[in-house]
Amino acid sequence: MGLLSKKDTKLITDPLADNNPITIQVLGICSALAITAELEASIVMSISVLFVMGVGNVVISLMRNIIPSKIRIIAQLIVVATLVIIVDLVLKAFAYELSKTLSVFVGLIITNCIIMGRFEAFALGNGPWRSFLDGIGNALGYAVILVIVGFFRELLGSGTLLGIPVLGDPIEKTGLYSIGYENNGFMLLSPMALIVVGIIIWVQRSRNKALIED
Amino acid sequence: MENRTDKNSYTIIFAIAMVLVVGSLLAFLASSLKPRISENQRLEKQQNILYAMGINDNDETSAVFISTDKAPEAFNANVDDQIVITIDANGKVLKKQTRDEYFEETKQEPYLIDVKKQQASAKNGGERKLPLFVGKNKEGKTVYVAPIYGKGLWDAIWGYVAMDENMVVQGAYFDHKGETPGLGANIKQRYFMDDFYGEHLLTENGAFKGITVAKGNADPKNKDKTDNEVDAIAGATITGDGVSAMIKSDLKLYKPYFDNLKTK
Repeated sequence: MGLLSKKDTKLITDPLADNNPITIQVLGICSALAITAELEASIVMSISVLFVMGVGNVVISLMRNIIPSKIRIIAQLIVVATLVIIVDLVLKAFAYELSKTLSVFVGLIITNCIIMGRFEAFALGNGPWRSFLDGIGNALGYAVILVIVGFFRELLGSGTLLGIPVLGDPIEKTGLYSIGYENNGFMLLSPMALIVVGIIIWVQRSRNKALIED
Repeated sequence: MENRTDKNSYTIIFAIAMVLVVGSLLAFLASSLKPRISENQRLEKQQNILYAMGINDNDETSAVFISTDKAPEAFNANVDDQIVITIDANGKVLKKQTRDEYFEETKQEPYLIDVKKQQASAKNGGERKLPLFVGKNKEGKTVYVAPIYGKGLWDAIWGYVAMDENMVVQGAYFDHKGETPGLGANIKQRYFMDDFYGEHLLTENGAFKGITVAKGNADPKNKDKTDNEVDAIAGATITGDGVSAMIKSDLKLYKPYFDNLKTK
C-alpha cells in the first residue's frame, strides 16, 4: 500500500468493525431504523452518505482554521445542507429520474448525526486527506450495518431481495410458502430494525470482549 | 490564531460572510437551473397523465414512464381534450371550458393547473378549477383522468386517476414528496397502483363512496372489484389513509360531471 500509510488504512478499516459508527458510537440510528425496510433503499442511502461524508469532511477540514468555535455547529450544518441542496438541484436539472429516487433521502442526510459527528470529532482537527479517509471509512461502516439490516428486514418481512421474490409467492403459496411459511410483517416496522441492530451489537461484542464497557 | 477566531467581531463577520456566500451561491444555482427543472416537471406531468391512462413503458414488474422525448407527442395524440370545470366553494358548477377556451382565457395549459393552489382557494371560500383529461387508452376506450392531491405521513402525496364513464378506475398513478422509503414510498410501486384497476368508485346504488386503502382486507388478491377497497401496504398506514382521503375528497367533486355524461 504505497498510497495509504498504516495509520491511514486504520482510518478506513476501524469504522467497519471495532469503531463502527452505528454499533459502537451509536450514531445515525434514526436513519438506520427509518429506511432499512428494503435493501435497495439501504444501498441508495449508503451511497448518498458516502458522497456527502467524503466531500463534507474535506470542506470542513479545509475551513477548520477559519471557523469560529462559537458557531462551529451552525457552520457545519450550513456546509452539509448546502452540499446536499446543490446535489439535489443539479440532479433535478440533469438527471430528473434519479433525483426523484433520492429526494426522500435529502432530509435524512442533512440530519444524519454521523455526518455532524465526524465533522465535529475529526474534520475540525485533521487535514483534508485524513478527513476524507475518515469520512469514507465511517460512511462504509454505516453502509455495512444498513445493508445487513436491510437484507434481513426485506427477506423476512417481504420475502424479497431488491424487490425480487426469493422465497416464492405468498399469495399463490409457492416455494417456501407452500409448506406454511409466512412473511413476518413486523419486520417491516421500525422497532424490528432496532432489534436487528441490537442483535448485531450483541454478536459483535460477544466476539470481541474488549468492546464491552464496564 | 485561537485569539483571532474567538473574537465576537470575527464570529459575526464570519457568520455574515458565510450566509452571503452560501445564499448567493444557492440563489444563483437555483435560478440558472430553473428553466431546466420546470421543463422536467412539465414533462413529468404529461408522463403521469399518460401513465394513468395506461400509456407507459411498464415491464413485467416495475412502473416505467413513457420516455421524455416521446411524452409530448404521445400526450397530443392520446389526450383529446382537457376540460376545466370551475366550481364555487359550495361545489356548484360555475362554468365548464374546453382546453382551447381555457387557454384563451389564461394562456396556460390545463394540465399545469396546480391542484394544491386550487384546494387552498376553495378552502378560503373561493373558486376551484377542476381539470379533467379526456382521452383514449391503449384499448381505444375513452377514459377521464383527474388529478388528486393530499398529504401522507411526512409530506405531500398526489396522483392521477383514470376512470371510465361509470367512474370505474382504469388506471392510477401515485407519487409522493417524502414518504418513508420501503414503506409509504411504495404507493408508487406497481403492486399497489395496479390494485386500483377495475375498482369501482361508486356503490351499487350509484352513490359516491371512493376507494379505501384497507388494512386486514379479506381480499388480498383484489378479486372483488366492487368492495371499494384495495389492500394496504404493511407499515404504511398513514400514507395509505392519505391516499384514501385524497381519492374521496377530490374525485367526489367530479361526480356531477359523470352524472351529466350519462343523461346526455
